[in-house]
Amino acid sequence: MSHSEAMNSYSIVAEGLTKRFGGAHALDGFDLTVREGTLCGLLGPNGAGKTTAVRILATLLRADGGRATVAGLDVAAQPAKVRQVIGLASQEPAVDEILTGRENLVLWGRLYHLDAKRAARRADELLEQFGLTEAAGKRIKHYSGGMRRRLDLAATFIQAPRVLFLDEPTTGLDPRNRNEVWQAVRALVTDGSTVLLTTQYLDEADQLADQIAVLREGRVIADDTPDRLKSSIGGDRLDLVLRDQRDLQEAGDVLAAFGPPVADPDARRLTAPVADRMHALGQVMRELEAKGIEVEDVALRRPTLDEVFLKVTA
Amino acid sequence: MTHVLSDGWVIARAHLLHWVRNPAAILSGLLYPIVMVLLFGYVFGSAMAVAGAGENYREYLMPGMFGQTMAVGITTTLIVVTTQASRGVTDRYRSMPVSQTGVVLGRAIADMAGSTLELTILIACGMAVGWSWHNGPLNALAAMGLLLLLRFSLIWVGIFAGLKLTPEAASASWMIMLPLTMVANTFVSPAQMPGWMGALAEWNPLSATVAACRQLFGNPGFAGESWAAQHAVLLAVAWPVAITLVFLPLSARAYRRLSR
Ligand SMILES: Nc1ncnc2c1ncn2[C@@H]1O[C@H](COP(=O)(O)OP(=O)(O)OP(=O)(O)O)[C@@H](O)[C@H]1O
Ligand SMILES: [Mg+2]
Repeated sequence: MSHSEAMNSYSIVAEGLTKRFGGAHALDGFDLTVREGTLCGLLGPNGAGKTTAVRILATLLRADGGRATVAGLDVAAQPAKVRQVIGLASQEPAVDEILTGRENLVLWGRLYHLDAKRAARRADELLEQFGLTEAAGKRIKHYSGGMRRRLDLAATFIQAPRVLFLDEPTTGLDPRNRNEVWQAVRALVTDGSTVLLTTQYLDEADQLADQIAVLREGRVIADDTPDRLKSSIGGDRLDLVLRDQRDLQEAGDVLAAFGPPVADPDARRLTAPVADRMHALGQVMRELEAKGIEVEDVALRRPTLDEVFLKVTA
Repeated sequence: MTHVLSDGWVIARAHLLHWVRNPAAILSGLLYPIVMVLLFGYVFGSAMAVAGAGENYREYLMPGMFGQTMAVGITTTLIVVTTQASRGVTDRYRSMPVSQTGVVLGRAIADMAGSTLELTILIACGMAVGWSWHNGPLNALAAMGLLLLLRFSLIWVGIFAGLKLTPEAASASWMIMLPLTMVANTFVSPAQMPGWMGALAEWNPLSATVAACRQLFGNPGFAGESWAAQHAVLLAVAWPVAITLVFLPLSARAYRRLSR
């Protein structure tokens, strides 16, 4: 495979992006590649630079250093061409308060250069898909926060973009609506779009992402598949819930033979990484019984992304 | 490029829909000049002797009111531009394949349509209080053209400043606009002001438009000693053209600089 072919299979390529606001680095050598037709989850604590990265890739902000291409187009040199192929849902919904939901979607449809009829039809389809049919004729002023966000998201689906940027798309949505959004995003990826999605919800990244990049202080500090990220912090976890909080110390000593335990005193819970699952489970239970420590609940499980996140951003 | 006109029209229509939806805002926008006409025409005007204004102060006043309304119209541009930027609407347009010229064109069409309506209502209001034009309809139309030309040039100042200000600052901007529109020949003759202020008022772009309007409408009070007063029509064209030539590129640059 030639160099250019290799580049073509990536829809997003960022190399050493830097961005400074005043003295502070918002991005400090941001590298990321996302394969065409996949979804990359961008995780990171508040202020890590997620929005800054998205805004640079979506041509809204100019990087101070580094370079980036989206769908093979340089974001700094060809912003107008990039805008033809991307969609962006910003962290803050950008809707016209005075217009109705339907009028907003028709307006944007027209600005995507659909004719009046098609813009109207597409608006109705999207209102249906995002559960806003009933509120279609209401002004945005009277929408709830979640309804606003869904309308904002619907706008990015007017024309299936080749590359879609979603900045915390499900913040403030109830579980049912979050599911609807996930389905819409999955369908888009299935149809070949590439998505970069920032989120604070690790289960969201777990559900949707083919690739997860963890950002801290403007740098990608972990970048892999969800499964490999999880296994990178060790094998399975053993969770114990004790009947009596006073036993935490003693039970912790037992678990320490397998891996460093983490205690949550309020929940009377202990968690430790274990290599050999069944063997560890049997041995821990025998030792606890011998010491007369009563166990209320016990479970073996894979590490969660929360644990990955806390570990790599620590 | 092919979409400049259609994008501009789509965006202008959305702006105009705001008007239809928010009649209270239009009404208060219209009420203000009408209240001013009544206040100045009947309350202060009856106690004022304006040099060169003739017997009927309202004949002198109305062109000043027209000019002031056009000048204060800049706050509409300012408020819409700052609000859209702060709500992320500007960013939405910037991430879409929308013609950027079209976005600005839409803004300009909406502002001009609004100001034309304002001017029409104000002219009707002036006629109701005894103001009239005396040099025929063509000159009257020319005067209205000059008024709208001033408004047009201020769109670019509004866009430029709007991209640099917060919505709060924008809604306070009329406090600056009001005195700027009064240190002019709008309500009184600059000749009656202290020397330095009078000179400022003579050269105020608004004064040029208002004096030219008085001349074209055949209302009293346009004549003056200064060069500026004697070349009012020329200046009423030159000022807006100069303002546009300076601020149109500046506002385009401010728009590009949003990505800094
Ligand atoms: N326009 C701006 N002016 C000044 N500083 C900024 C600006 N935008 C971002 N920053 C700073 O850059 C850093 C990164 O911000 P960014 O919004 O990219 O973080 P984020 O990861 O999206 O955070 P969050 O999870 O809270 O959305 C922060 O320290 C922020 O204060
Ligand atoms: Mg953010």
